[in-house]
Amino acid sequence: MIVAIASGKGGTGKTTIATALARIWDGPRVAVDMDVEAPNLHLFLAPSYDGRKRAVLDVPVVLHPEACSGCGACSRLCAFKAIIALGDYPVVFPEMCHGCGGCLEVCRRGVLGAGKRELGEIFWGRAGAADGASPDLRIAGGQLRIGEAMSVPLIRQVRTKANEMLAEHPGDVIIDAPPGTSCPALSAVREVDVLLLVAEPTPFGLHDLGLAVRALASGRVPTGVVVNRAGLGDDCIRAFCHKHDLPILAEIPFRRDIAEACAQGIPLDHMGELRTMMETLARSLRELAEPRVAA
Amino acid sequence: MSLIAVSAQGDTPEASVDPRFGRAKGFGLYDPSAQYWSYLSNDAAQAQAQGAGLAAVELLARAKVTVVLSGSIGPKAAVALRAAGIASVEGADGQTVRQAVAAHLEMPQRGDAKS
Repeated sequence: MIVAIASGKGGTGKTTIATALARIWDGPRVAVDMDVEAPNLHLFLAPSYDGRKRAVLDVPVVLHPEACSGCGACSRLCAFKAIIALGDYPVVFPEMCHGCGGCLEVCRRGVLGAGKRELGEIFWGRAGAADGASPDLRIAGGQLRIGEAMSVPLIRQVRTKANEMLAEHPGDVIIDAPPGTSCPALSAVREVDVLLLVAEPTPFGLHDLGLAVRALASGRVPTGVVVNRAGLGDDCIRAFCHKHDLPILAEIPFRRDIAEACAQGIPLDHMGELRTMMETLARSLRELAEPRVAA
Repeated sequence: MSLIAVSAQGDTPEASVDPRFGRAKGFGLYDPSAQYWSYLSNDAAQAQAQGAGLAAVELLARAKVTVVLSGSIGPKAAVALRAAGIASVEGADGQTVRQAVAAHLEMPQRGDAKS
């Protein structure tokens, strides 16, 4: 099964929850950090790396400008204005390209060739079971190149890597999604069996949970909520979840000792009753996903 | 034959110059030989999630504009304008479209030698 941990608002505790779930999860699993703009899951899971790979995107380059008839087919096809035909031959803006390859397909005169844009890198490895994590935990993630504006193509490559790892050695997937409700977050929660939204009970937290539910929870994917820093604000998240028929699967209290432990990189499953809470959360997620996984 | 485009916040020559090029509301067009004003809406480019400046260049190229006056023009739009053979002048904001055109026509013509 595939579970994605997401949130509208940043800093609600996605990685904290993903780390704890990944550590206590029974059986083989891959923890996937899809927040390629600011990956941090590896800081908590401290894996030993099996590999790193430069990630590139295929973009067009103008190889034979003299062959251009100025038909404009490439420019009309491109939804992102990455290639425009204005003068005698097309002008390419590789940083705008999403890499669909359509312009190379429609050009009948061989004006364009395949070039590369560096997106960043992807990495993969395995986490040790030394400090109490249950065995058979692998990790995959990516890091966007500084200056690169588009994270979705890299997120797709991270997903491909995770799928390769699963093909080698099957297991469950725990995705740490990027924050927000735009393309990167949507791309990370694609094709998951269960969605877990982490929210904090503040006006900001409520607002962004609302956005996340509208953007990410399609109604087809079973969705649950974890309230983090419960007791910090008011009952707004509970009321919202009740109204929208979203189960609250766990509530992590707003406590100084938890915050201090998190700041030191200590996972939740090392903190007494929170371990039990995380184990219950893992069971609830499996139950929520069951109808989909069985189908 | 020259055709001057000015990024504009409204559809008359008395509108303020829009300091933005790609996300300008529209373009005031002036044909000096015919002494004729017209207006080109930039709605389509404004609706672009990305590449608004490039869409605006395409719009101006189709309209056969030869020189564009604006506040500032982004680096990608500047490349596209050069490819399209359209001259550009930045720093034209802070006045009306009519004033910008008048100031441009008073200047010694360099990039717009054809006029």
